[in-house]
Amino acid sequence: MSEVSAAPTIARPNVGDVVIDVQHLTKKFDGRAVVRDLSMQVKRGTIYGFLGPNGSGKTTTIRMLCGLLTPDEGTGTCLGYDIRTQTDKIKTQVGYMTQRFSLYQDLSVRENLEFIGRVYGLENPKAAARAAIKRLGLSGREEQLAGELSGGWKQRLALGACTLPSPQLLLLDEPTAGVDPKARREFWNEIHALAADGLTVLVSTHYMDEAERCHEIAYIAYGELLVHGTVEHVIAASHLTTYVVSANSGVLNALSQDLTGKPGIDMVAPFGTSLHVSGRDGPALEAAIALYRRRADLDWKKSEPSLEDVFIDLMSKAQDNFK
Amino acid sequence: MSHIIPSEAPRRRQGNGFWRKTWAVLIKEFIQLQRDRVSFGMIVMIPLMQLLLFGYAINTTPRNLPTAVLLQERSDVGRSILAAFANTGYFRVTDLPATEAELDRLLASGKVLFGVEIPANFERALRRGETPSMLVIADATDPVAAGSALGALNRVVQTALAHDYAIPGAGTPAFEIRTHARYNPAGKTELNIVPGLVGTILTMTMLIFTALSVTREIERGTMENLLAMPITPIEIMLGKIFPYVVVGFVQAAMIIGVGILLFNVPVLGSLFVLAGLSTLFIATNLSIGYTFSTVAQNQLQAMQMSIMFFLPNILLSGFMFPFAGMPVWAQWVGEMLPLTHYLRIVRSIMLKGATLSDLHYDAAAMAGLMLVAMTIAVTRFRRTLD
Repeated sequence: MSEVSAAPTIARPNVGDVVIDVQHLTKKFDGRAVVRDLSMQVKRGTIYGFLGPNGSGKTTTIRMLCGLLTPDEGTGTCLGYDIRTQTDKIKTQVGYMTQRFSLYQDLSVRENLEFIGRVYGLENPKAAARAAIKRLGLSGREEQLAGELSGGWKQRLALGACTLPSPQLLLLDEPTAGVDPKARREFWNEIHALAADGLTVLVSTHYMDEAERCHEIAYIAYGELLVHGTVEHVIAASHLTTYVVSANSGVLNALSQDLTGKPGIDMVAPFGTSLHVSGRDGPALEAAIALYRRRADLDWKKSEPSLEDVFIDLMSKAQDNFK
Repeated sequence: MSHIIPSEAPRRRQGNGFWRKTWAVLIKEFIQLQRDRVSFGMIVMIPLMQLLLFGYAINTTPRNLPTAVLLQERSDVGRSILAAFANTGYFRVTDLPATEAELDRLLASGKVLFGVEIPANFERALRRGETPSMLVIADATDPVAAGSALGALNRVVQTALAHDYAIPGAGTPAFEIRTHARYNPAGKTELNIVPGLVGTILTMTMLIFTALSVTREIERGTMENLLAMPITPIEIMLGKIFPYVVVGFVQAAMIIGVGILLFNVPVLGSLFVLAGLSTLFIATNLSIGYTFSTVAQNQLQAMQMSIMFFLPNILLSGFMFPFAGMPVWAQWVGEMLPLTHYLRIVRSIMLKGATLSDLHYDAAAMAGLMLVAMTIAVTRFRRTLD
């Protein structure tokens, strides 16, 4: 693990306040470790963002937390229940929203919700479904088949379905993938409202703006949790120096090729009419770009690295370790 | 970092390339077929199974049919006649009941296909030259099975006493065999086929209903959601089987109703018992179908397994070909199939007026098969995505 993982985290909360508490989780598929030695704690009422590239083990971790997968090594509790032996108890208190839409496409909105209400043993599933339809703004669509809803509505229904039994913990696996910005914003407003009521939310995402809406984030790559904490902590702990260069696009393309791979420059990423140039070693980076800063056609500005810069850097570092 | 788009575009062939594209699909199909083990197995298994079953197990002029003999007197002549029966090759004495009631019960339950009754004072009458008669009762519910054996009876008369006894009046038959085709005296095949169809149709439809139920959830991605909910495998199984019990019941009622109305098939026994045991049969098939769906990787595999199971059900259950005519190993396989037991039940109740006590073995066998299937299904059901 890199030095970043040693970054200061928020003071350990009281045990009673910890909703997810797992140590050294490892999961292998066909002998290949998908999650390695992962430990994490999530406090009640937190929105905890789970970030990492595709195939990094986010979904596997979430599935281990709700009892869909059994860890090969490691121990832990979810809502105070053992994730190995008490999955039946965990399931009654956890709402899990799968990455792929997994409600019944050939049932209507109302029928799907009523089914879930019955499985969780709600006293009045019909009334609960009606209330949820109203809450979700799905009125008028209750008899529509779930499979015929548009992406945004499907995602809304899925959120409504996993919150229907009023769970204590929500596990959301890339809930906003393929959803338009307006629906995403509404979705996040909803999540914040739920968290304010004391619900704990673990949400995986690829979107940096969503990561910034989380109380805490964790970054996972190649099955290892590389860093966790608030967004500010994660950025500060990266020790990354970033410059933003602005110029017209023809010049930028050539510059990008020039700078890539130069000693001291770890990352060059184009952003429209500007280029983010970052390095882990500040003085080395400045030495590398010194010559270019004199050029009149380039406008250099030192800036905070963005979360994306930090994550891409983490990922390439993890890749180096992995090799 | 390497570039995703190559700097030099690869050259393309000229022309429409009809065969080239066909070739591309062909290669892809072969690769996929190779990966699909069950399809591959089916290509080998189905012809092999058909060949072996038709070649070795099926016999339309069955021999060694189970026969019960009621001896009202103990005499050498009686024993000699029995030996003659066995010598025809068609009869195999399996039971020696003591009373007529016991003989009737053996016939009604389907344990034997023939009952031979040698009356008291048979030998004495024979010696006096009185041409006494003995009775052969044939279970004619399956006219094919009984037919050739009945045809061999003449030989029994001729050979029975030829060697050992000097019986007066040689040349004319010394005794007479009266045959009685019970249950289906007119030998109508539809009386046998229609009850059989009830079982065959139910097997086919019920298997397919549940064979897809778990694989469908997996393929559509709904299984992940279902597994994350607080619900147990037994609850899922029973919830998935029960609706089709109702469906199957309606279907069975329909077929039996049509059989009665259009083909004049009687229901001599209790409709209540028939309904109860039909429900058991339906549930058994649904459980087996459900078991396939917990074992299969996808819906296609589940369908293929159902077909592989359906085939021996048709061939070895006694639906198409006489059960008693099959070799012992095939009969053992047949005993493992629910249709075998249900055919006995449905034919016995409808045509013979059998009661539950005549059928308890077959009912218990079906229930046993159902429990085995359910146990496999529940243990095979994967509660996690591991």
